[in-house]
Amino acid sequence: MRLVVVGNGMAGSRLVSEVRARDPHMRIAVFGAEPCRPYNRVLLSNVLAGSSRPEQVRLVDASWYEAHDVEAVLGATVTGIDREGGHVVTACGRREPYDLLVLATGSDAIVPPIPGVERAIPFRTLGDCERIVAAAGHARRAVVVGGGLLGVEAARGLAGRGLPVTLLHLAGHLMERQLDVEAGEVLGETLAGLGVEIRTGVSAEAVLEDGVRLAGGELVEGDLVVLACGVRPVTWPAERAGLRVRRGVVVDDELRTDDPSIFAIGECAEHDGTVYGLVAPAWEQAAVAADVIAGGKARYRGSRLVTRLKARSVELAAMGETQLGEEHAEVVRFSHRARGTYRKLVIRDGRLVGAILLGESDVVGTLTQLYDRGGPVPGDRAGLLFPGSSATPVADSPTLMPDAAKVCQCNNVTKGQIRACWEAGARDVAAVTAATRATTGCGTCRDAVEGIVDWLCEQEGVSV
Amino acid sequence: MSGSDATRTHCPYCALQCGMELGRELSIAPRTDIPANASGALCQKGWTAAELLTNGERLTTPLLHGEPVAWEVALDHVAGRLSGIRAEHGPDAVAVFGGGGLTNEKAYALGKFARVALGTGQIDYNGRFCMSSAAAASTRAFGMDRGMPFPVTDLTGADVVLLAGLNVAETMPPFLRHLSGARLIVIDPRRTRTAKEAWLHLQPAPGTDLALALGMTHLILADELVDEEYVAARTTGFEDLRTSLAGWWPERVERITGVPVHHMRHAARALAAAGSAYVLTGRGVEQHAKGTDTVSAFVNLALTLGLPGRHGSGYGCVTGQGNGQGGREHGQKADQLPGYRSIDDPAAREHVAAVWGVRPGDLPGPGRSAYELLDALGTPRGPRALLLFGSNPVVSAPAAEHVAERIGALDLLVACDVVMSETAALADVVFPVTQWAEESGTMTNLEGRVLLRRRAVDPPPGVRSDLDVIAGLAGRLGHHFDSEPAAVFDELRRASAGGLADYSGITYERIAGETGVFWPCPSADHPGTPRPFLDSFATPDGRARFVPVQHRPPAEETDDDYPVHLTTGRVLAQYQSGAQTRRIAPLVRAAPEPYAELHPDLAEQLGIAQGDVVRVSSRRGEARAVARISDAIRRDTVFMPFHWEGANRLTNPALDPVSRMPEFKVCAVRVERDS
Repeated sequence: MRLVVVGNGMAGSRLVSEVRARDPHMRIAVFGAEPCRPYNRVLLSNVLAGSSRPEQVRLVDASWYEAHDVEAVLGATVTGIDREGGHVVTACGRREPYDLLVLATGSDAIVPPIPGVERAIPFRTLGDCERIVAAAGHARRAVVVGGGLLGVEAARGLAGRGLPVTLLHLAGHLMERQLDVEAGEVLGETLAGLGVEIRTGVSAEAVLEDGVRLAGGELVEGDLVVLACGVRPVTWPAERAGLRVRRGVVVDDELRTDDPSIFAIGECAEHDGTVYGLVAPAWEQAAVAADVIAGGKARYRGSRLVTRLKARSVELAAMGETQLGEEHAEVVRFSHRARGTYRKLVIRDGRLVGAILLGESDVVGTLTQLYDRGGPVPGDRAGLLFPGSSATPVADSPTLMPDAAKVCQCNNVTKGQIRACWEAGARDVAAVTAATRATTGCGTCRDAVEGIVDWLCEQEGVSV
Repeated sequence: MSGSDATRTHCPYCALQCGMELGRELSIAPRTDIPANASGALCQKGWTAAELLTNGERLTTPLLHGEPVAWEVALDHVAGRLSGIRAEHGPDAVAVFGGGGLTNEKAYALGKFARVALGTGQIDYNGRFCMSSAAAASTRAFGMDRGMPFPVTDLTGADVVLLAGLNVAETMPPFLRHLSGARLIVIDPRRTRTAKEAWLHLQPAPGTDLALALGMTHLILADELVDEEYVAARTTGFEDLRTSLAGWWPERVERITGVPVHHMRHAARALAAAGSAYVLTGRGVEQHAKGTDTVSAFVNLALTLGLPGRHGSGYGCVTGQGNGQGGREHGQKADQLPGYRSIDDPAAREHVAAVWGVRPGDLPGPGRSAYELLDALGTPRGPRALLLFGSNPVVSAPAAEHVAERIGALDLLVACDVVMSETAALADVVFPVTQWAEESGTMTNLEGRVLLRRRAVDPPPGVRSDLDVIAGLAGRLGHHFDSEPAAVFDELRRASAGGLADYSGITYERIAGETGVFWPCPSADHPGTPRPFLDSFATPDGRARFVPVQHRPPAEETDDDYPVHLTTGRVLAQYQSGAQTRRIAPLVRAAPEPYAELHPDLAEQLGIAQGDVVRVSSRRGEARAVARISDAIRRDTVFMPFHWEGANRLTNPALDPVSRMPEFKVCAVRVERDS
């Protein structure tokens, strides 16, 4: 069996390792258009921000391919798929036969067709990232075009490098695909506090040497312009081969295209009407496709989407259907804009179907898992957003503590026993310890025992 | 308080082995010369230990099919049956199952008995269920597994201690005193008593500790907190580690574990900023089908920060059972020979065979691991006879109902025990044996310090030592075995000489005079080795090895039928399978019954109130327990202590591929009110 994988990014490289883990013998060749080994695209924002170095984002060791008998052809764009002949052809003319083919061609950055756009740097690949970092070194002011997830991360990263940054966004609020209006505004306020000027509802008309001209003629100054205007699935190889393509290459629950010997996964694939742009679904698809290729029975049923912003001092998680209104769902909301805090739960049929958490929050993990697992939402919604708020207060003052309360866990000693022992004449901790063994285990109850003895002494007016 | 006629000994329970004096009137007082509890600490189990000697539940006569018989009758019967089974089915038809509470002398004698007198490779012990994952991970990183490669008192000076899956406030309370000066970071799905003492509590979903360790290590690399100098000078494999971590960015780990990214960051930075920091692991992260990799991930974390092998910092596994450390060193483990030698190593076989007076080729090879051994009992290719020492697998093994069935299929079960444990009750022959204060022997505590337990009282009439049973059976099978502990220890010293766990320079006299001796101690004039890795690790090149690992989900995930995680653990007033502690009145008052701890939200959803009897079921069995409702546990998880029959009927025997550790700490269950 010969497996050929087109694309060596997050999805393609994952698929290769998943197949190899299941089948040590299958012949595998993977073609990557980029000249470098696979890297973690998710971490590019950190590289741009300077919190990760490029060598920290490599996903595969150079020695891995040889050790696992996988042929990796880097810097090779596959230009044609010959389905009749069962082979692919690269730009430099190499023909590679396949029995099974996986398309993991990913997406390209969208570059808006405006004058001067070639002066701007898109933010998509490691190479792009390195160009931006190099330019940021001598730029005075930056403009980021596009206020989606990547644009926000890029703007925050550049501001963190000390550059004044303006973030331009066409929609009325930032990250409008993930956030409702208020969350978008709170996010904008948080970013503004970190040195990012936010301009929403604006359209870039041209990129000039000294900035970006908006529709209406205003010039937003900047000698570094970064484009984060979204991505477009790379589907042309599939289209040319006559495979069914809508927005992405159409696949079924086995991740097969309409040609049963050809699979598509990741950002180039369209499953059940959805093209996913995040890594988690791509990796879920890679696992399913690998299982199917290795003869398994896995099926892909779609993914739950959790968006987590990676930007220093900006904590944001958004998941599911965040914009459902009160007429369709139960909405629980807490907003404290002065602190940059916004929390929203969207609940339907007793399940969490969406959430936004903006500002540092200890419940982000709990809510993400509740959403992922589709478990029932507890009746106490506030307790979910603010854990601990509904807990019964612990009576640790000797006055309020009931006699049955255990003071020393290690030796199973109650307040009542300490009182009894005090009444029998033990007037200090040492005497209580000798009589009850309280405090002789882990030692953490010493203060509590002291407190009780002092209180009992005070009650009696005995000085210690 | 005891006078000068009191016997200086150690507590019969956990791996801390607190020093205590046992007076003639059976009074107990803490010793102040043993560093583990030099402050005079003991927990309730320690204070009440003397009741083990007097509680009237002792077995005092051998039983043959439930009837009292003379020792010679029982020994003759067993020897005869063993010979018959061996003759008919071969030597591997007889199996031996030991325990981590046995003295070094007994563990050693048991391994020799199996391989020399019985000629079987089928020997393993309950320590496989305890620290085998940490042992495997330490061995592959450091070339040697000495649980804590530093004295417990070193922890007293620590700034930050990470406790990954251990609840010392409950399992070994005096240990907590050594941590009183440190900021504690506790990883546990429950807000345990230990977690309540923590500066930071990370509360991951059961079965996701490995991802958490990867996420924290990712942050250490991303934030450039790596101790580059140490990594360059003392480790190998760092570049491979770096690549292996690229896929474990903290936001991804947050989704898997439920631990917020900022908590991971606080933890990583606190560890990196500390002048003195320790990473300690316990059963919570180790008892998984990926336990070895999980420990490797925590060892990697410690190595990136330059902790192991440096004075005032380090990595350690906090062993649980009384002789959990020594019990894994001297040959009752399926794959080991005395001195922590590998049974596959020709040089090791040659050395040990010479001490035992046999040919190397006569020694069997590695046998089945503990669960695999239990699972094979009474099957066509499995053992038909089992000799059980110091263990109660009907309560303590995973999928316990299945294990009881396998035991029921044996032709012969022989149990050596102090009391009629649940497993002893199934035995064809029961030998009543000595315990703790009725016998002498050495124990190696969690620090690798070899300690002396002395005989303080006479055993009840009719009771003999496990060593007597072993020697009595060996003699009947044509082999002379010593039964005096001191003589057995001398032989153990010779057998261990030159091995990793070299005891050859340790004597009872030295132990008594020096309040314990740390192994390795290769000669009489060697001071012992409290901190073995200060200069070099025990690997061929002297460097610690980074072992890149990847997270994977638990062997059994929750689903619609079994929607809740079960995790299991211990309570202070009980010990292990409870055979000892469930017979001591004050401990029973403190912890009277099995319970199931669940979150108020889960309880509300299931219609369960505090004190209700609940039925907890998994794919393997069901158990009843009293509901305890507490917000200290995650909403998706229920906790049960394992000291009673029940919890382990539910647990999953999925095994770690390296250590063969079962997945005790996570499986999927359904919880219902018992109507």
